[in-house]
Amino acid sequence: MRYLPLTADDRHQMLAVIGAESIDALFVDVPASAVLPGPVDLPRVAGEIEVERELSALAARNRAAGSGPFFCGAGAYRHHVPATVDHIIQRSEFLTSYTPYQPEIAQGTLQVLFEFQTQVAALTGMEVANASLYDGSTAAAEAVMMASRVTRRGHAILSGGVHPHYVRTIETLAHVAGVTTERLAPAVDAEDAVIARITPQTACVVVQTPNIFGTATDVSKIAQAAHAAGALLIVVTTEAVSYGLLKSPGDMGADIAVAEGQSIGNALNFGGPYVGLFACREKLVRQAPGRLCGETVDADGRRGFVLTLSTREQHIRRDKATSNICTNSGLCALAFSIHMSLLGEQGLRRLALLNHQQALRTRDALASVPGVEILTRRFFNEFAVRLPVPAAEAVEALARRGVLAGVPYSRLAPEAGLEDVLLVCATETVTDDDINAFRLALTEVLS
Amino acid sequence: MSMNSVGRPTAPNSDAGTGAFASLTGGRGLLQDEALIFERDGWFKTGVDLPEPDLPADDLGDLVRQEAIGLPGLSEPEAMRHYVRLSQKNHAIDLALYPLGSCTMKHNPRLNEKLARLPGFADIHPLQPQSTVPGALELMDRLAHWLKTLTGMPAVALTPKAGAHGELCGILAIRAAHEARGDAARKVVLVPTSAHGTNPATAAFVGYTVREIAQTSDGRVDLADLEARLGPDVAAIMVTNPNTCGLFERDIVEIARLTHAAGAFFYCDGANFNAIVGRVRPGDLGVDAMHINLHKTFSTPHGGGGPGAGPVVLSEALAPFAPAPWLVHGPDGLALTEHETAEAGRAFGRMSAFHGQMGMFVRAYAYMRSHGADGLRQVAEDAVLNANYLKARLSDVMSPAFPDGPCMHEALFDDSWLEGTGVTTLDFAKAMIDEGFHPMTMYFPLVVHGAMLIEPTETESRQELDRFVEALRALAGAVRAGDVERFRGAPHLAPLRRLDETLAARKPRLRWRPEAVQTLAAE
Repeated sequence: MRYLPLTADDRHQMLAVIGAESIDALFVDVPASAVLPGPVDLPRVAGEIEVERELSALAARNRAAGSGPFFCGAGAYRHHVPATVDHIIQRSEFLTSYTPYQPEIAQGTLQVLFEFQTQVAALTGMEVANASLYDGSTAAAEAVMMASRVTRRGHAILSGGVHPHYVRTIETLAHVAGVTTERLAPAVDAEDAVIARITPQTACVVVQTPNIFGTATDVSKIAQAAHAAGALLIVVTTEAVSYGLLKSPGDMGADIAVAEGQSIGNALNFGGPYVGLFACREKLVRQAPGRLCGETVDADGRRGFVLTLSTREQHIRRDKATSNICTNSGLCALAFSIHMSLLGEQGLRRLALLNHQQALRTRDALASVPGVEILTRRFFNEFAVRLPVPAAEAVEALARRGVLAGVPYSRLAPEAGLEDVLLVCATETVTDDDINAFRLALTEVLS
Repeated sequence: MSMNSVGRPTAPNSDAGTGAFASLTGGRGLLQDEALIFERDGWFKTGVDLPEPDLPADDLGDLVRQEAIGLPGLSEPEAMRHYVRLSQKNHAIDLALYPLGSCTMKHNPRLNEKLARLPGFADIHPLQPQSTVPGALELMDRLAHWLKTLTGMPAVALTPKAGAHGELCGILAIRAAHEARGDAARKVVLVPTSAHGTNPATAAFVGYTVREIAQTSDGRVDLADLEARLGPDVAAIMVTNPNTCGLFERDIVEIARLTHAAGAFFYCDGANFNAIVGRVRPGDLGVDAMHINLHKTFSTPHGGGGPGAGPVVLSEALAPFAPAPWLVHGPDGLALTEHETAEAGRAFGRMSAFHGQMGMFVRAYAYMRSHGADGLRQVAEDAVLNANYLKARLSDVMSPAFPDGPCMHEALFDDSWLEGTGVTTLDFAKAMIDEGFHPMTMYFPLVVHGAMLIEPTETESRQELDRFVEALRALAGAVRAGDVERFRGAPHLAPLRRLDETLAARKPRLRWRPEAVQTLAAE
C-alpha cells in the first residue's frame, strides 16, 4: 500500500525489538469476542488510477455551477477565487500542520490568523474577531449562547429575515442549553419588527443584513432598542462580499457580528467546508468562543504570536468552557485572508459593486418577464421574486433548460407557505449572456 | 584551500568562527523576517484585476459604507512572497514526524486534494436542485457505507463539522432519545478523568452536569467507581477507546453492559479510532454513538487548525434522532431529506446550515478507497506497531506511564525521569524543536504527571522513527549530563525563541493597530 512505509521485514524486526511474538500480541487487550478475524466486507486496496476513475465518474454526474448560467445564493456564493489562493493553501506548511500549539514553529499559521482577525474586525467594523468558527450558522448559534452568558438572560429574538437553516441551527442548540427563542414570521423587509418584541428578559436580538430575501437594512435603530433594554444585538451576514459596499455591523451598533466567510477565498463545496466569521466588542471577548490569536514577544524580545485567552477554552476549562469547539476552519480562514489581501480595500469595493451591478441587471431582466414580481427593494447581490407558479417547479424546469435559477424559499422552509418565492443571486461571475439566458428560459417556462 | 578553475574557493574557510553569528540586517539565510500586511504600504494596492463597474450603487442610499475599511492589498508577487515566507516558519507533517498524541498527524495524500477540487465536487451549490447532483449524493452514500461497515453501526449522521461538533451531535441524539421515552430526570454525564476537554465541555454546553469517573492504576476506567456512579440520573457516559493514555479499555464490553443496564447510553469519543480501524468494530463493543474525526483517522489535512469533519455513527436506538439533513434511498434513487417533518422521524434538529463537510467527504472516501479493507487493517496494525516500537526504544531513558503490556497507537510517558534534573516536560518538548521535531502532546492526559503523549502514526518509516528515537535519546542523555541550559532556553534554533504566553493573555492584543507595534516589547 503506497501510503504505508513499513516493509514486512521492518515489521518483523520491530516486533523483535518490542519483544512481541506477533502483531496480534499488541492487540491483546481487545476482548476476544470483538476481534475481527480478517478484513471487513469492503473492496481491497486500490491504485490511484482506479480511485481517480471512480471519483471522477461521480463528479461528472453533478452539474458544476460553472457549466452554465448560475444564480444560486441563499448562504453560499459562487465567486471567482484567484489561482494564487489555492496554490498557497496547498503548501505543505499550511496544509499539513496542526493547530498552532507550539508557537515557535507555527508562526506562519499564527501570523496569518492575526492578520485574518484584523481583516475580519475591519470588515465587520468590530473591535476584535476570533480565529474562525465552523461556518456562519454555527457562529450564529455560538453568538446566541455567548449573549446569554454575557447578559445572564435566557431569551433570544430572531427576525423573520434570518436564514431558516441558521434559525434551526440556533434553535437546536438554544433549546438544550435552556435558552428560549422566538422567531418572527418570514418577512422580506421587516428586520425592525424585532424591536416591538424586546423585553427586559431579552438576551439578544438576531437580525440579518442582507437578509435571506436579500434586503439590506440599517439596523442602528434595532441596536438602540436592544441596548436600551440591556440586550445585545447580533448581526448575521451570509455574504461577506457585501461588507465591501454596505455599512458594517459595527457601524450600526452591533455587539456581535457573525458571518459566513465562504464567499471570500472558498469554493461552494456543496456546503462545506466553510468558515465562520465571529467578531465582537472588545469588552465581551472573554466570553467569546473559539481560538484567539494574540501578539506577544519571545525570550529575545522579538514580536511573535500565540493562541491566547485559552482559559475560556475546553482544553483548559473543560466543563466550564465558553464553547466545546476545538478544531475550527484554519485553512479556510487562510484562503479567506489571502483572497482578502489580494483584493485589498480597492479590490473588495470594486468586487462588491460588480456584484451589485450584476444583481441589478438580473432584477431588471426578470422584471420584464410577464408574471414575475420583484419583492426585494434594496439589496446587495440577491433578491426575492414571486412567480406565478411554485418556485421549486420552475427551478426544475429551468435546470432542464441549463439554467440553475436560484433557490426556492420553500427549499429552506417548506412550512412557511411561500412556495411561489424564488431567491435569486448574481455575483461577478454572472455574465450579461447568462442573465439573458435566464430571462429567456424563464419566459418560456412561465408561458 | 581548494579552488576551482576560476579561483573560487570550494571549501569552507578553515578559520571561520563557530560562535554565535548575527547578520547585519537581522536576516537569517532562507528564513525571512516578514512584516504584517498592515505594515506595508498597501492601502491603495490590489492584486486582482476586475472590470470597472458601470452602474452606480445610488439605489442603496445611506446603506453604503462611506469610511475607509482599513484593508491593505498586495500585488500578486507580493502576496506570494508574503505567504511563502510565512509558511517557512511552520512545522508540517510533510517536513518531519509530528508526534502530537491524540491528533493522528499522518501523511495527507495529494490524490485526495486533486479529487476534492474536481468541479463536480468543489463547484456545486448545496441548494441547487438535487436532480443536478446525483454524484454528490452517491459519494456521501458510499462514504456512509464505509463508515458504517468499519464501525459495525447501522446509521451515520454526516453533518457535524469537526470532532467536538460530532460529540455535540451524539449527545443531542442521546438527550432526544431520553426525552422521547419520557425519561427527563437524567441530568448527569459521566466522563473519565483522562478524557479530552471537549467531552466535559460538550456535556456541559447542552446542560448536563459532568461527573468524573476514577481511573485504575493501570490507566483504565475504574469499573467499581463507574458502577457506583451509574444510576437513574445518568444520561450517558463518554469514554474514549483506545483511551487517552493510549490503552485499550479491556473492560469495554462490561462498561457498555453496565451503562445500558442503568438505562444510560454509551458515547465513544472516536478520536483514537486509528488504532483499531479495520480490526475492531466499535459496534461490537456496545457503543451507541461515536464520532469519527475524518481529519485524523481518514487523513483529511488538518490545515493549521481545520477544517475537520466529524460524522457520528449511531446505534439503532439513536438513529431515529439524527439531525437533518439525511440521505434516503427512494424510488427515484438517493435523495436528501432536508427537514424535520412528522413523517421524517424524530430528528433532534439541525447541526449547521448545509449538508456537512463535502470537501472532506471526498478526501476521506478517496483515502478509504485507496487503502481498502485490507489496507485500513494494516493502518491500525502499523500505527500500533510504530507506537510500541517507540515505547520499547525509549523506555530505558524515559519513564513510560504504563510500562506493563503493550500500548495502542500512542506511547505515554510521565516526567518522573525528569525529577530533580531541573528540566520540565515543557523544556524537554521545546528542545525537541531544536532537533527538528514537533513536540509530542504535553501535560495531557491530566491523570499523568508531566505527561508526554507520543503518536507516530502508521505513515512513518522505520528510518524516521529511528531518527526520532536517536534525537530523544540524545536529549535524554543531555538531561542526565546536567546540560540544563539547552532545555531551559529552548528552542534556540526555531524562527522564534520561547514566547511569552502570560504577556499575551494579560494584555490581549488580538488585532493589528497602528500604534501597537513599538510599545509591546517595551512594556
